[in-house]
Amino acid sequence: MKIVINGTPKEFDVESMTAEDLVKILQLQGKRFAIECNGEIMPRSLFKELVIKNGDQLEIVGAVGGG
Amino acid sequence: MDKKDIMVDDWIIAGRSFQSRLLVGTGKYKDFHETKLAIDQSGAQIVTVAIRRTNIGQDQNEPSLLDVMPPNEYTYLPNTAGCYSADDAIRTLRLARELLDGHNLVKLEVLGDPKTLYPNVVETVKAADILVKDGFDVMVYTSDDPIIAKQLEDVGCCAIMPLASLIGSGMGILNPWNLEIIIDTVGVPVIVDAGVGTASDAAVAMELGCDGVLMNTAIATAKDPILMASAMRKSIEAGREAFLAGRMQKKLYSASPSSPTTGLINK
Repeated sequence: MKIVINGTPKEFDVESMTAEDLVKILQLQGKRFAIECNGEIMPRSLFKELVIKNGDQLEIVGAVGGG
Repeated sequence: MDKKDIMVDDWIIAGRSFQSRLLVGTGKYKDFHETKLAIDQSGAQIVTVAIRRTNIGQDQNEPSLLDVMPPNEYTYLPNTAGCYSADDAIRTLRLARELLDGHNLVKLEVLGDPKTLYPNVVETVKAADILVKDGFDVMVYTSDDPIIAKQLEDVGCCAIMPLASLIGSGMGILNPWNLEIIIDTVGVPVIVDAGVGTASDAAVAMELGCDGVLMNTAIATAKDPILMASAMRKSIEAGREAFLAGRMQKKLYSASPSSPTTGLINK
């Protein structure tokens, strides 16, 4: 499947995956971040259930210095 | 006012109580270590952060701002810097709320022009209205237009944050008259956000009766940011106390010298 993460296309050798699977693949466990899929927030409490499909557009964000 | 009363000059934003009236940004510092030292020296309790895309696949052990400055020690104020539409600002703050475990106190800013970073107040009012209805406590960056400030209060913003001059300009308070009108007009806290260049600017804002001042560049780009953070803390306190004390009337001439007019020698 092909998805877009933070504006960059990425390919994975699976048909679909949960948000939790993606977090593991990207090695984001223990990090502070938030994910939006096709404009909708993916609540962390639902990562196990929420499925990411081919063509999905994801934004993964964190906090950085700013005024 | 008794000395002990000066010590207890708490203020409240959206039901949260604070002692420091200085709010600071976390951008433009040399590194996280300097960020933390300067902010701790400033005494600020509320710190702004920006929300940005995570670098996927980069060094996973690199410390993040939230590791260096834990959210349980500071009140984080995620901002929408860089957003030019209500939609982008709303999306950004919904992500921020998820990122910060449901924390709903936010700084809304919708910009209108990349050259001046002047706010787009039409989009700002639109975004504020939607965010308030969605459960956010919205502290809002705006121009120094008193009518817009009132409209932002009317849609439910919990603090109005007019610019003193353009973001990052360090030009100081260019229109104290408008700030005074805003302070007189709105009931929620008024915080000068943007434009403060040095300690006296911050003191002037507080002497006008602002409830607080938010700054970033003035501290972060000083030659010695930690010393400037200390100066800002003192100027905010001094300006606040001067405001509470009530300044003397200005007069062109005074026929009332400070020293006794009697008992002079040679009379």
